[in-house]
Amino acid sequence: MDNILLETHDLVKTFGATRAVDGLNLQVGAGEMVGLVGPDGAGKTTAMRLLCGALKPTSGRVRVAGYDLPQMVEKAREHIGYLAQAFSLYGDLTVAENLEFFGEVFDIPDKELRARSQELLRFAGLERFADRPAIALSGGMQKKLGLATALVHRPKVLLLDEPTGGVDPVAREEFWHLLIGLLRGGSAVLVSTPYMDEAMRFNRVFFMNKGRALTDGTPRGLIGLLDGHVLELAAEPQMQARAIAGADPDVEDVNAFGDRLHLRVRDAAGPMSRLPGKLAEANISLIHLKLVTPSLEDVFMQLLETSQHGASQPAIARS
Amino acid sequence: MVPANPQSPVLNVQGLTKRFGSFTAVDGVTFQVMPGQVVGYLGPNGSGKTTTIRMLCGLLRPTAGTAQVMGLDVVQHPEGVKRKIGYMSQKFALYDDLTVRENLEFYAGVYDLTVQEERQRLPEILAMAGLETRTESTAADLSGGWRQRLALGCALVHRPPLLFLDEPTSGVDPVARREFWDLIYKLAAGGTTIFVTTHYMDEAEHCGRVGFMHSGHLLDFDTPRALKAKHLQGAAWSLNVTPLLDAIELLVTLPGVAQARLHGDRVQIIITPGAWTPDGLRARLVEGGLRINGIDAVEPTLEDVFTLLAHRG
Repeated sequence: MDNILLETHDLVKTFGATRAVDGLNLQVGAGEMVGLVGPDGAGKTTAMRLLCGALKPTSGRVRVAGYDLPQMVEKAREHIGYLAQAFSLYGDLTVAENLEFFGEVFDIPDKELRARSQELLRFAGLERFADRPAIALSGGMQKKLGLATALVHRPKVLLLDEPTGGVDPVAREEFWHLLIGLLRGGSAVLVSTPYMDEAMRFNRVFFMNKGRALTDGTPRGLIGLLDGHVLELAAEPQMQARAIAGADPDVEDVNAFGDRLHLRVRDAAGPMSRLPGKLAEANISLIHLKLVTPSLEDVFMQLLETSQHGASQPAIARS
Repeated sequence: MVPANPQSPVLNVQGLTKRFGSFTAVDGVTFQVMPGQVVGYLGPNGSGKTTTIRMLCGLLRPTAGTAQVMGLDVVQHPEGVKRKIGYMSQKFALYDDLTVRENLEFYAGVYDLTVQEERQRLPEILAMAGLETRTESTAADLSGGWRQRLALGCALVHRPPLLFLDEPTSGVDPVARREFWDLIYKLAAGGTTIFVTTHYMDEAEHCGRVGFMHSGHLLDFDTPRALKAKHLQGAAWSLNVTPLLDAIELLVTLPGVAQARLHGDRVQIIITPGAWTPDGLRARLVEGGLRINGIDAVEPTLEDVFTLLAHRG
């Protein structure tokens, strides 16, 4: 990869006995959007804070835009735009005033700042709302303003910590589209998200759990890692169908999606030939049984199972 | 928990309308929900979702139309309606310094359970939520997945036949989320009706029926499979095209392209059905200086349906 703007090497951060980030190796190049995907507590936010220099690593290296952290943190910060999960806007300041405030934080001369603010208002589609107090913006518009404030100093590296939380799908689509524009300008973007369905949107994905990257790759590459297949079963009544499918020796996992069941199987041929008969015997009407493309969640679940045998969550009796 | 007559709807909403001054927040919404259904209710912020739910809970008076919960009219019997419903969200109020048992006892008190009812109900809830070994832990000490189960338990203390869930699993890990949904499906199989509002397709895909609100209107209400077939038959394409980002910028300007998004090393688009043929689109992209290595039809998602419907208005 040429022109790497963000790089970590065996990055570790411990808090007491907790290894919040536990040996993370990450590279993000110019024009690339990379996702840190994992549940709450996976270490995503700690990783972001280490990358922007807000936290010091326990061990390992961080390099941003060619500067080593923490030694050259001041230089590095000139190139980092960081949008925290609970970022602060000044609610009683207008949209334009918020941009000016963050411009002053970065010591941008007045004249340049005025032009930059206009540019960012256009970019974020907030021109019409320039004089509205930030508190009166919708959630989606606040996120866009937050992004704009993080861009005031034209950073090459963007760190966005769960930027789409609480934002509706239409506003979310617009937010993602803004990022495409930044990537075209050569920015490197690192985004964290707890939502598996968002993981498809990144050039590359790091699956995080317990401070570690379980694996990384392009979304399609990760889907290719699934050891086995996913079958979709629609049958009525579903609870009985589920019990029968779950008892099949080749079915490793059953996940219900409304009127469909997704069966993760090592081998597809066995269940495909056995299940229709078993369902018919039990008077369950089969609507369809077919191979479907696995989702990233299927892959993540399998990786979790193979990486941690002692489950941290309670095992509920599954009928 | 199973209603006396399984054929009568748990929710019967006819022409439900709410106006605030000259603004119509909810405009003639009609739908029915049968016992044991798991229903997703989606829509952008400001689309009228929350206003609809407030009316269904008897908290807000409709301007026109009617809504019945288990046969009770929400205007005439708001107190009766409140006893028929449970409510849970990520922000559900648990008392952090109270134990699991004390939180449940607190909600039993809120819902006026008798001592005898409470003695019978609490063990049931603890068993259902898998919380038996945690009864003496304080809520503050529970992880996300456990907290969520406790919140669900509290919302079910009074055996409501209708349960409202507001983004119930956002942020929890996939294992905990799946176990939560397994619980929900068990409740539904036992006759409890579930009404979920969410922005997250991870959650919406779990629903058996899905309604889309937009600008106060209920645009459609159907099973996920039917919604995808009706609105997006052959309309979701994956493009193998370079340069990727330039392709997205061109595609969003084309008429009949409702959405173009980065999808790993591809671009995924939603077209207004019939607006383009693959060959026509290929020609247009080549004309724009792009290299096309393939166009494949793909399975649309509920988010695609959402975007298309919102795009059309």
